[in-house]
Amino acid sequence: MSKFKKKKSGELPAVSTASLPDIVFMLLFFFMVATVMRDDELQIENKLPQANQVEKLAEKKKVVTIYIGKPNPNFQKTFGITEVVQLGDKIAPVSDVQTFVNTKRNLMDEDDKDAMTVSLKVDQNSQVGILTDVKQELRDAYALKISYTSVEGDPLKNLKN
Amino acid sequence: MARRSAPEVNAGSMADIAFLLLIFFLVTTTIEVDSGIASKLPPPLPEDVKPPLIKEKNIFQVIVNAENRLLVEDADMDIKDLTAAAVKFLDNGGGTEARNACTYCRGAKDPESSDNPKKAIISLVNDRQASYKMYLAVTNELVRAYAILRDREGQRLYNETYGSMTKRLSDWPATEVESPEYEELKGKIDKVRELFPRNLSEAEPQNRE
Repeated sequence: MSKFKKKKSGELPAVSTASLPDIVFMLLFFFMVATVMRDDELQIENKLPQANQVEKLAEKKKVVTIYIGKPNPNFQKTFGITEVVQLGDKIAPVSDVQTFVNTKRNLMDEDDKDAMTVSLKVDQNSQVGILTDVKQELRDAYALKISYTSVEGDPLKNLKN
Repeated sequence: MARRSAPEVNAGSMADIAFLLLIFFLVTTTIEVDSGIASKLPPPLPEDVKPPLIKEKNIFQVIVNAENRLLVEDADMDIKDLTAAAVKFLDNGGGTEARNACTYCRGAKDPESSDNPKKAIISLVNDRQASYKMYLAVTNELVRAYAILRDREGQRLYNETYGSMTKRLSDWPATEVESPEYEELKGKIDKVRELFPRNLSEAEPQNRE
């Protein structure tokens, strides 16, 4: 009966944690590589819809981003609860879109100016009206290449909720 | 001169430091979305321009109203059926005269529907109150109709779908963009595009605020 029992003092050997730093470092490197620092701090809600006919966007230096959505709760006092446009870091009226796009375009290299794409990041629950206005401004600014930025997925799923 | 061995640095807290960094990056990470439906806006219209005359049968009318309901060619439609309806319209090939007949269409050749894909126009009208997700879903479905037809023609002409050709073009190494193969692929893509040009028109917005 005591044949099996008396082998050791009975305590479990401690698991070696020597490789823990290695594991953590591995994770750390993954996140360091995958991280893209946000250029603009969002002041609006911006949940992108899904679509399946998506194309990859051009290089970052050729892209100008315009955000549309409802203001965040802490900005609702100033900007109301209807959809607004965010250009760069701040919420701006629709009439500023032209100036914004032209300024951005002037900062680009000569070669990239023609290939400039405007990425429209529109919240999935906003109304189309403001987007129509923005597109009209873009036409006047001759920024004709646009992209409706969206997550890859099934577009019909958006409509269910 | 007694040589003393250097004391070893305690590496026990390495894990803590790494954890700290890890948590920082975990919190700050936002995976940026860099894909989207590409589209092209028409240039601004000159003041006194008359709209070109287009036959009623060459227009495929899609309307989205404020309640996100879809009206296609004066009939209520579920969005699930939109792509099939658009494909049917584009691929109809009802033209009978030599100048507007479509040799590669496989549609019903209905004389009441579009003459050929180069003339066929899909017109999208949306209410200002419609939601963006509905608008994008409709656009997506219409773009999908063109993609289906282009894939078919690519398969027929070059034994490769249009989607795979454009993917190959965008993945082309930047150092070899002057090679003849690249030009050839580009030519093929343009050919297929020409067969089914994306004539997706959006109405000029009325009563702007």
